Amino acid sequence: MSHPLLYVENLKKYFEVKRGIFGGRRIYVKAVDGVSLTLARGETISLVGESGCGKTTLGKTILRLYEPTDGKILFDGKDITHLGLKELKWYRRETGLIQQDPFGALPPFMTVKRILEEPLLIHGFKNREEREERIHKALEQVRLTPIEDFINKYPHMLSGGQQQRLVIARSIILEPKLIVADEPVSMLDASVRVEILKLLQDLQKRYNLSVIYITHDISTTRYFSERIYIMYAAHIVEGADIREILHNPMHPYTKALLNVIPDPDPTNRFILKEVPAGEPPNLINPPTGCRFNPRCPNFMRGVCDVREPPLIEVNKGHYVKCWLYG
Amino acid sequence: MGGSLLNIINLIMYYRTIKGEVKAVDNVSFSLQKGETIAIIGESGCGKSSLAKSIIRLLPRNISVYKGKVLFNGVNLLDLNEEDFNREIRWTKITYVPQAALNSLNPVIKIGDQMIEPLILHQKMSKREALERAAKVLRLVGVNDVFLNHYPFELSGGMKQRVIISMSLLTNPELMILDEPTSSLDVLTQANIMNLLKRIKREIGLSMIFITHDVALSSELADKVAVMYAGQIVEFNSAEKFYSSPKHPYSQKLMESVPTLRKDKELSFIPGSPPSLLSPPKGCRFSERCPFAFKKCLEEPPITHLDEDFYVKCWLYERE
Repeated sequence: MSHPLLYVENLKKYFEVKRGIFGGRRIYVKAVDGVSLTLARGETISLVGESGCGKTTLGKTILRLYEPTDGKILFDGKDITHLGLKELKWYRRETGLIQQDPFGALPPFMTVKRILEEPLLIHGFKNREEREERIHKALEQVRLTPIEDFINKYPHMLSGGQQQRLVIARSIILEPKLIVADEPVSMLDASVRVEILKLLQDLQKRYNLSVIYITHDISTTRYFSERIYIMYAAHIVEGADIREILHNPMHPYTKALLNVIPDPDPTNRFILKEVPAGEPPNLINPPTGCRFNPRCPNFMRGVCDVREPPLIEVNKGHYVKCWLYG
Repeated sequence: MGGSLLNIINLIMYYRTIKGEVKAVDNVSFSLQKGETIAIIGESGCGKSSLAKSIIRLLPRNISVYKGKVLFNGVNLLDLNEEDFNREIRWTKITYVPQAALNSLNPVIKIGDQMIEPLILHQKMSKREALERAAKVLRLVGVNDVFLNHYPFELSGGMKQRVIISMSLLTNPELMILDEPTSSLDVLTQANIMNLLKRIKREIGLSMIFITHDVALSSELADKVAVMYAGQIVEFNSAEKFYSSPKHPYSQKLMESVPTLRKDKELSFIPGSPPSLLSPPKGCRFSERCPFAFKKCLEEPPITHLDEDFYVKCWLYERE
């Protein structure tokens, strides 16, 4: 029986912020608080949520850039939850990260060639010709061509879109199986955005990559992934196929999110939109019960503010964490 | 129906850098009636923020050319001296919310004390009067006036942006310029701020210039749309016409790159990148990337009027 490429069970990541004097009560920011998901080989999923909901922390914990506080991560069937730095080296080779700010992710004092060579050197590619071959291939794949025009440039000499393509080249140069793309296009202009998304899609298909696409922008997800998970206050509150979410959203938070996102339409300006009051809770002391309950238009006293709702499978493959459906 | 509030005619603003002259605003014209909102959309570096700054005369020090007409209620703002401009226009009749303004609140001064400064300076109000006015505009934007006594760090991002918007309402302006007012905010907070701006527009009848790179978002406010490319307005159109059938090839390609939630549509992108404003190409600046480019495009395209107000700057629409 084959296992999923990635299996995450009840993952938690808490950050300690303050400890009382005399070792009193410890205070934690619970950035990811019990998240489970699976990802098959070659599958793409989107994680959608607002800033501070824990989506980036979840991505980084999955990549083991953070050590989980609790829960389990299996990659290719191997438990990597608490592996040490040395043992993680093979995992680094199997995974890649694309970050939001391409310029910030590229060392300014290294040339394109050096930037792409770095991971190869770290992972023991001793043969210089092989390294150069891989560098050329990676640059071709992200269409930074003609290669001679780019290979000796420094990051600041590239446009935003080219920088992001270089970041992508670096993330695939070791031929990983899993890529976490954390807001890869949100700093780019509209026309370039689509170019980068299409490039990622091409690479994903060509190499049967598994991709976790993290974004705050639901409208781009439908062009990218098959499944979508909505995060709110460190929990996944809804997960389903993209069409299902768009046509049949169930969680009140998902409905609110979809409702406020505009499509270009001149009638928008005459309509005041319904927006849930308040703001996401802080994750040090989240509300009891459902975390969305203080803002929820369907709030049920005595239920939603008392017990945390379970993640319920409402339709096949459509999961909702809400008492309306329990 | 009101008269023309703002009429910009052939506005030019260049500035000099060590690499050469940057043609940030290059022969731009549009008009705005009282109570209307114009959205200026374009990609980063197209000159949209420079345009805003040349309206409110917050010019870079290395300015080399600044000419044309900015007629505000019939008066050319370029003719006013700095003192008159400062007293009568800037932050009085025209207010400006710069990009990422929510980070420009002074962290060590209470909200109230920051808010009343323009009232005391420009309108010579007493501190008490000014605080009353501040409390009033805060309530208008949906922030409790107890926050007058709070410091900025005690407010969330959305609240800070509300405070900033309220500050630009203090002096009862006739025109408000908003430069990417929601670009650092979350989706729901952004929707809240857009609701607020719609209410202000409806209730006070304030005119706005709304600058954004987000085409979908621009439709939340715009009565008119100006599309900027490489320092020029290439299309100036009504919201109704623009969002349903944009005219200029750049507008069309830009619209095709906007993902939509409710409609299925194939996305496309514009190959290449915008030209440098240091040495823009001769003729039409979009011609190198334009799918319809033909020989004529090597010459500067004329302005073709679509009707009395609106125009497109493209050879495809040239009438015989």
